Amino acid sequence: MSNQKKDGDEKRWLDNPKNVSKLVYLLVAACILSVLADFVWSRHGHFSFEEIPAFYAVYGFVAYCFIVLSAKQLRRILKRDENYYD
Amino acid sequence: MIDDLSPALILIFGGALMPLLPRNGRNIVLFGAPIAALTQLCLMTPGNHVLWELFGHQLVTVRVDSLSFIWALIFCIAACINSLYSQHLRQGAEMGRLQDASGLIYAGAGVGAVLAGDLITLFVYWELTAIASVFLIWASRTEKAIQTGIRYLIIQVGSGVLLLAGALLLLNTTGSIAFDHIGLETTGGKLIFLAFGIKCAFPLLHNWLQDSYPQATPTGTVVLSAFTTKLAVYALARGFAGEEILIWIGATMTAFPIFFAVIENDLRRVLAYSLNNQLGFMVVGVGIGTDLAINGAAAHAFCHILYKALLFMSMGAVLHRVGTMKASELGGLYKSMPLTTFFCIIGAMSISAFPMFSGFVSKSMILTAAAEEHMWVVWCVLLMASAGVMDHSGIKIPFFTFFAHDQGHKVEEAPTNMLWAMGITAFLCVAIGVYPAPLYALLPNPELAMQYNPYTSDHVVAQLQLLFFSALAFVVLFRTGLYPPEIRSTNLDTDWVYRRLIPRALTPVLNYSFSLVDRVKESIDQVTSLAGVWLGRQFSNGYLVRDAGSASMVGIAMIVFAAALLWGYL
Repeated sequence: MSNQKKDGDEKRWLDNPKNVSKLVYLLVAACILSVLADFVWSRHGHFSFEEIPAFYAVYGFVAYCFIVLSAKQLRRILKRDENYYD
Repeated sequence: MIDDLSPALILIFGGALMPLLPRNGRNIVLFGAPIAALTQLCLMTPGNHVLWELFGHQLVTVRVDSLSFIWALIFCIAACINSLYSQHLRQGAEMGRLQDASGLIYAGAGVGAVLAGDLITLFVYWELTAIASVFLIWASRTEKAIQTGIRYLIIQVGSGVLLLAGALLLLNTTGSIAFDHIGLETTGGKLIFLAFGIKCAFPLLHNWLQDSYPQATPTGTVVLSAFTTKLAVYALARGFAGEEILIWIGATMTAFPIFFAVIENDLRRVLAYSLNNQLGFMVVGVGIGTDLAINGAAAHAFCHILYKALLFMSMGAVLHRVGTMKASELGGLYKSMPLTTFFCIIGAMSISAFPMFSGFVSKSMILTAAAEEHMWVVWCVLLMASAGVMDHSGIKIPFFTFFAHDQGHKVEEAPTNMLWAMGITAFLCVAIGVYPAPLYALLPNPELAMQYNPYTSDHVVAQLQLLFFSALAFVVLFRTGLYPPEIRSTNLDTDWVYRRLIPRALTPVLNYSFSLVDRVKESIDQVTSLAGVWLGRQFSNGYLVRDAGSASMVGIAMIVFAAALLWGYL
């Protein structure tokens, strides 16, 4: 608001889409490594289904998509104008 | 001797002094009071102190034991951090006074309530948390904030009234007002459970939280986030540990707010939903009630206060500099506020429970406790909620504020005092994650906690898989355009019932009653005027229309009063 200043317009490392893609590749590599780890250490969970390789990976991915996509549908019912209560 | 002084009173007295002091004095008390309270708490010997007698019942105003100590400790630490975070307010003229006073008194009330050994003392501090904290909302001085504050106050004070009613019923049944395990067997117990449930933001009773916290001042929200709800979790742990219904209430609390958080545009409201979700984990821990689960709930409350404060502080800094909290108007701020960005990411990684951050060493205890009791449905819900936390607090908050589309805000970095407050809190989040032993030693069952090792390969790999693949899902959804965009909107929640439905439904009824009253009034007016005319005609020259002197009128009035007085005595 009152503290706007003018400098800081220079290009940053993240402004380059190629660098953002590099970060995505890094994430994919981390995902692959985390699944490979399941084959190095066999898991001893409290529940038998925990011992399925990549259980947490699949659960995380599916749960995340379920939450986001169903919330998107929820918006159809719940969304109102910003000044609805005014 | 040292045990005769409650740490709560140090904070409350400090807060009460605030409006009277000059700026330098306020600075000293603002830091001095929380530090003195923290020192006093650590010096006190465990046991019951400061006992009072009330109508033949003993009030234990200070009880230090393994359960209350850890809550009082984190409340005092939060009060210190809050003082540092709001220090810049003292540079302003008058605005800071109200917030300083209310922040300290509120913190004191929170400490007093967790140290309360009986239900009457608990009630007094319970209500004081409500009354002191509403000024943090009103300090925004907008029409919206004032209305929200009134709603907040009605709900909070209502919770206190239920608590008192429950306490009196319980006294009638059991003959005791001690604040120990209460249980759900008695009516009094049920009322107290409901009172705690309101403050703990149980599903359907939750919406005061998302309604009020985003309306407070940038510093006010940070203060609010620490005390009220965690006090309620403590009260549940003290009075209702092991009640099975809490497991299901808690599991619902972890799950439903995440859907609302995804589509919410106001980022402080996103954090309020996220707070609700984190409370759910603690409530599940309290409901399971085993030693490990209670340890987990206490540890999670401790860690949660820190990382949630850190997230609210980073958002407060953004609001302070940019002037908006809407995700649709933010983005690219990492360029102007790099340190705030860094601290926010630490808060986000802590709440998402990345290994080496505080959330990991506390949340895994609750999940392990659920698994040990073979509650696979609850466990699966908690795991799904963990993926949800990764979305709204781990990704959405930092990504849409500091990265995403650069909205061109060129602002200064946060004020130095805010950066220090965020820095210290971020340090604590990482320190607890890397070396949890000191925290574990403070838990209600320390021997068990010290045997617990969160860093097994099973835990670490499982958590990393969950978080990495949640992040991957975000990338896929965002890049394919399936991720819901941030848009200006209001999303309906249960507050719609009392903000829209009830007022709308009552309007015709009220209008009809008002018109009825008007008609009755008109009829009475007509009758009296007709009677007046008739009487006038009857006595047109009589006693009733004769002029009388004021002295005789006073005389008549005196006789009437004297007669009434005599009548009263006889």
